[in-house]
Amino acid sequence: MANGNSAAITAKSFYEEGTTKAATGIRSWIFSTDHKRIGILYLISIAAFFFVGLIVGILMRLELIAPGQTIVDAQTYNQLFTLHGVIMIFLFIIPGIPAVFGNFFLPIQLGAQDVAFPRLNLLSWWVYIIGATLALISIVLPGGPMDTGWTFYIPYAVRTGTNVSLAIFAAFILGFSSMLTGLNFVTTVHRMRAPGMGWFKMPLFIWSTYATAWIQIIATPVVAITILLVIIERYFGVGIFDPALGGDPILYQHLFWIYSHPAVYIMILPAMGVVSEIIPTFSRRTIFGYKAVAMSSLAIAFVGYLVWAHHMFTSGMSETAQWIFSLLTYLVALPSGVKVFNWVATMYKGSIDPKPPFLWVMAFIFLFSIGGLTGLVLGSLATDIHLHDTYFVVAHFHYTMFGGTGTIFFAALFYWFPKMFGRMYNIKLASLSAGLFFIAFNTLYFPKFIMGYIGMPRRYFDYLPEFASLQVVSTIGSWLMLITVVLIFGNLIYSAFKGKRASMNPWGGVTLEWHISTPPPLHNFHEIPTVKHEPYDFSQLKELEHDS
Amino acid sequence: MSESKHHITGYGTYVLVWLGLLALTSLTVTVAGIDLGNFTLFVALTIAAIKSALVINIFMHIKFDEPIFKFFLLVSGATLFVIFALTFVDYSFR
Repeated sequence: MANGNSAAITAKSFYEEGTTKAATGIRSWIFSTDHKRIGILYLISIAAFFFVGLIVGILMRLELIAPGQTIVDAQTYNQLFTLHGVIMIFLFIIPGIPAVFGNFFLPIQLGAQDVAFPRLNLLSWWVYIIGATLALISIVLPGGPMDTGWTFYIPYAVRTGTNVSLAIFAAFILGFSSMLTGLNFVTTVHRMRAPGMGWFKMPLFIWSTYATAWIQIIATPVVAITILLVIIERYFGVGIFDPALGGDPILYQHLFWIYSHPAVYIMILPAMGVVSEIIPTFSRRTIFGYKAVAMSSLAIAFVGYLVWAHHMFTSGMSETAQWIFSLLTYLVALPSGVKVFNWVATMYKGSIDPKPPFLWVMAFIFLFSIGGLTGLVLGSLATDIHLHDTYFVVAHFHYTMFGGTGTIFFAALFYWFPKMFGRMYNIKLASLSAGLFFIAFNTLYFPKFIMGYIGMPRRYFDYLPEFASLQVVSTIGSWLMLITVVLIFGNLIYSAFKGKRASMNPWGGVTLEWHISTPPPLHNFHEIPTVKHEPYDFSQLKELEHDS
Repeated sequence: MSESKHHITGYGTYVLVWLGLLALTSLTVTVAGIDLGNFTLFVALTIAAIKSALVINIFMHIKFDEPIFKFFLLVSGATLFVIFALTFVDYSFR
């Protein structure tokens, strides 16, 4: 593709023109209602918390390098794994892709000038920051960081003296940020599509973000109410969940997972949308089975809502419930399989260009498939009894969430970075980091499958000597991971300021974000486009080149 | 919104609905004192459902509003129903 057209070169980008009175400086960012600036605000805040979570993770692995106490005591270790979980789940991976890339690209891909409610969008970032600040305050206040694990299981969460109330109240606040983003996206998709952009002409990233937005709206209130009930129980001693007060601890688990399982799909669905964008672009072929991929997003969102109690097979739930939830769990594999097979079929006979975003997607397909298939092992009643609460679950979870969503967060970053920042990163280094990530990831997490299978329980500060060698391998993996993440962000941060200017369409993509100048102008489009093509119709490339 | 149709509900209706809600509340309290076995919760939830239907339809004006709002409420209601049903797959068979 040639560099941007003449109109694009003369147009001011959203960096040069803002929505605030202040033209430059921090106020022009933190009070901006421009969806692109809000996306970048989210990117900076989420990446910062990711680093905190990563360092906590590295410390945990360091503690586990040898049996017995190594660098921290048992209580601190409990607090570390709780912090790692809470930060990574609530501050990184749930908001991650929708808040950063959804905010930045959903309106552009729809052909809109902004989201439906720009001020609500800014509010959602502020609410996120307030929630995150409260979570951080809970770490330093007397009582110390919470030590319950990120699931806050009752009765321990009611009885521990650590700062549970403030930390879960932070999660309550963060939930509002998520719901506001969801509301905004659903309304935007319904009301702001450009002329000609029918439902089945929307890019698949939009479909998956749309499905996610519905889960954000419908599932998040459940956890919000549950959190309030826990706080009421802690302060007023009302017996809701604690059996000593006449409550039911399994009721807590039901309510918690009614949100937290669909939340897993809030995490993974947008990632699947990104994959459906990257594969056609780098295979130069339209997606195979567009409607099936679009509908499978809705199907995952729907079925994913009905499977929560598979986290509770060993909790003392009724046997009838166990087999019903096990059956429903298996159903999720169907739409997930539809996606994976369609992605692979898209690549078949394509003209594949193995640039970094594509390499990251390949890593995703491999890692996520392992994560997904081991999910079936855990969804099956007999094997779950053996593997429940072992490292096997930890490995499965990290393969799906970090190998799945985390990998795609990086893929999306490498795919859209030139459009967001107007500069190109070092391609060789980016490809190298994808390879290194793959090695680091498997070194770090694969031993956990084996350790879990032979009986290593999760969340333990100490272990028996037979686990020692695998624990060391896993810890070495954590160092490799740290190096990889530093390489990724070093490359990107350097390039954001010093990289070569990126062209309008460096990858040869055809969705609407590749039709506009780089970085995009404040209102995205000089005039609202009329959509004539299917979303992945690569015959448009000739027109785009002609325009350039 | 000026172009949308306004439906004005008379005070009489509001008072009637309020009285109805009070009556249903006292029914809930009365029923709580009777041991209905497995049906205790079912009865309590049914009364609660009737009460919320009254509030949503009359006080919140959904009865007189556009179908899209009814649809969204229906989606939330259906979700809630599914959550209840699946949770009771556990509680009813313990």
